[in-house]
Amino acid sequence: MLKSIASRIGQTLIVIVGVAMLIFFLLRIVPGNAVATMMSEHADAATIARISAELGLDKPWYVQFWIYITGALHGDFGTSYALHRPVKELLLLSFPNTVKLAVLAALVAWIIGVLAGIVAAQKKNGFLDRIFMGFSLLGVSMPVFMVAMILQYTIAYKLHWLPISGGDSLKCFILPAIALGWNSAGSIARLTRSTLLEVLQEDYIDTARAKGRSQMGVIVLHALRNAMLPVLTMMALQLSSLLSGAVITETVFGINGIGRLAVDAISGRDIPLLQGTVLFTTVLVVLGNLVADCLYTVLDPRIRKEA
Amino acid sequence: MHEEQLNPTLHSEEIIGEAETFKNQLLRLKRENKLAVFSAFVIFLFILAAVFAPLLTPYGYADEDIMNRLQPPSSEHWLGTDDAGRDVFTRLLYGARISLAVGIIPTMISILFGAMVGIIAGFVGGKVDAVIMRIADVMLAFPSMLLAMVIMYTLGDGIINIFLALALVNWASVARVVRSETLALKKSEYVEAARCIGVKQRVIMMRHILPNCLPSMIVLFTLNIPSSILAESSLSFLGVGIQLPQAAWGLMVNTGRQFFYSHPWLSLAPSIAIMIIVMAFNFLGDGLRDVMDPHLKK
Repeated sequence: MLKSIASRIGQTLIVIVGVAMLIFFLLRIVPGNAVATMMSEHADAATIARISAELGLDKPWYVQFWIYITGALHGDFGTSYALHRPVKELLLLSFPNTVKLAVLAALVAWIIGVLAGIVAAQKKNGFLDRIFMGFSLLGVSMPVFMVAMILQYTIAYKLHWLPISGGDSLKCFILPAIALGWNSAGSIARLTRSTLLEVLQEDYIDTARAKGRSQMGVIVLHALRNAMLPVLTMMALQLSSLLSGAVITETVFGINGIGRLAVDAISGRDIPLLQGTVLFTTVLVVLGNLVADCLYTVLDPRIRKEA
Repeated sequence: MHEEQLNPTLHSEEIIGEAETFKNQLLRLKRENKLAVFSAFVIFLFILAAVFAPLLTPYGYADEDIMNRLQPPSSEHWLGTDDAGRDVFTRLLYGARISLAVGIIPTMISILFGAMVGIIAGFVGGKVDAVIMRIADVMLAFPSMLLAMVIMYTLGDGIINIFLALALVNWASVARVVRSETLALKKSEYVEAARCIGVKQRVIMMRHILPNCLPSMIVLFTLNIPSSILAESSLSFLGVGIQLPQAAWGLMVNTGRQFFYSHPWLSLAPSIAIMIIVMAFNFLGDGLRDVMDPHLKK
């Protein structure tokens, strides 16, 4: 088991180096001069040269790459061109908001998704099953911004139950979390339902029933434990989509998170900031997947033995 | 070993075991899955609307009429007008062109490229496989939206660049699926036989492996279309995709957003259009998967 975890860690390191390289080269092959693009039309040659020197963009690419990599390893992502502040500082300011949003959204998705999946599996092809599966399909098919805007319109604007946007209190995160988690809830519900239905046909379920366990007991103690493994994997993988889906949710609800920082970086043509946000988010997601993978190895006795 | 875990149901003999023709599979789909057939019909309607947009509306998608801005729905303007007086229904029709193109073209590129790379990785194996799959790992590590945004930043706005960005984001997952299928097919008897009689590697890949990967490629194709459509609408919504005065649904939602509380239909109409087309492709893809590729059923 240790060996397989070690090889996963090795793979992850390779991926992180690859990610760092790809971001670096993508942002430096901007057609024309990267600085000229950043400054748009109102910049003379002298200013462009000065800014290039300031940002180290006049050095050969391998020197730039070395500076970027060693800096990133020390947690130094350079200085934001538009905001004149260290990228690290901006990331640390926004990060808690993104995490708060992603965790709340994940809770929404997991609780609603798993519960709906269980109920749907219990009442297979019944009324509730159809309703829940219909909703989950809506969840998968609706663009995030649509859910977000409808929630804003109904809950916040018409009913005044929750604030429309902005703010740092937990209350301000409820609607964004629902908007972001809605989509994932749909896919978790579908997966929980299908794995649970499969597990419920196993012999050990009949055994448990024959022993006189209640329906609830069978589901919770016997079926769910086995059905949850694929669901757990999916939950872990959704961390990635939650963090990237947050770009839109954060924009619509005016939350100062990392996704919004990336959007601002693009509209401000701020290469250091964009580079920092994308690298930071991606490495975070990669590490999250690594942890999930290792947990999975530890949790599933079959994989544990094989490894 | 990793792929075995990912796809435990994939065995070569199962793949060869089924000899149902494509036509028969479609007939079975028609018989068994009414929803999928209805979805195909809905998609067909959208295609018609996109192709014949100029015949269906007297306005142009960029025609501004500042005297008649923000009109509510009426008999002249079925879905009202936007903040520059452009007819929303007209823009919806023309927007279908972009959404369908963005759904189909980059998906096709990513499927073809991903399948090619996946077959080569799986069949040749060794260092080639390792290098290709590590590159795929890197691509898959990115949150897709962020990667697409960075690529759009590098390439600049415009529809061709959206095609490229989405194809670049999506090929890796296709490569992974096709590679694991190739690994299974490689062990099959007919590939062994072809190799024994001295058929060239390239020919085996094209003639024996590729056709057997086609069912999952078609399924991936229909299931990736809706995610491409959603991705483009998100990019355009964020302002890094299609730009005004072009008509794209995500862009329409974004421009309507500032008037959402007074004129909700400006954003709702394109949102609903996105939802319907995405749902239709999802249903059709699900149906196709059920008849064509029992391995992907989960």
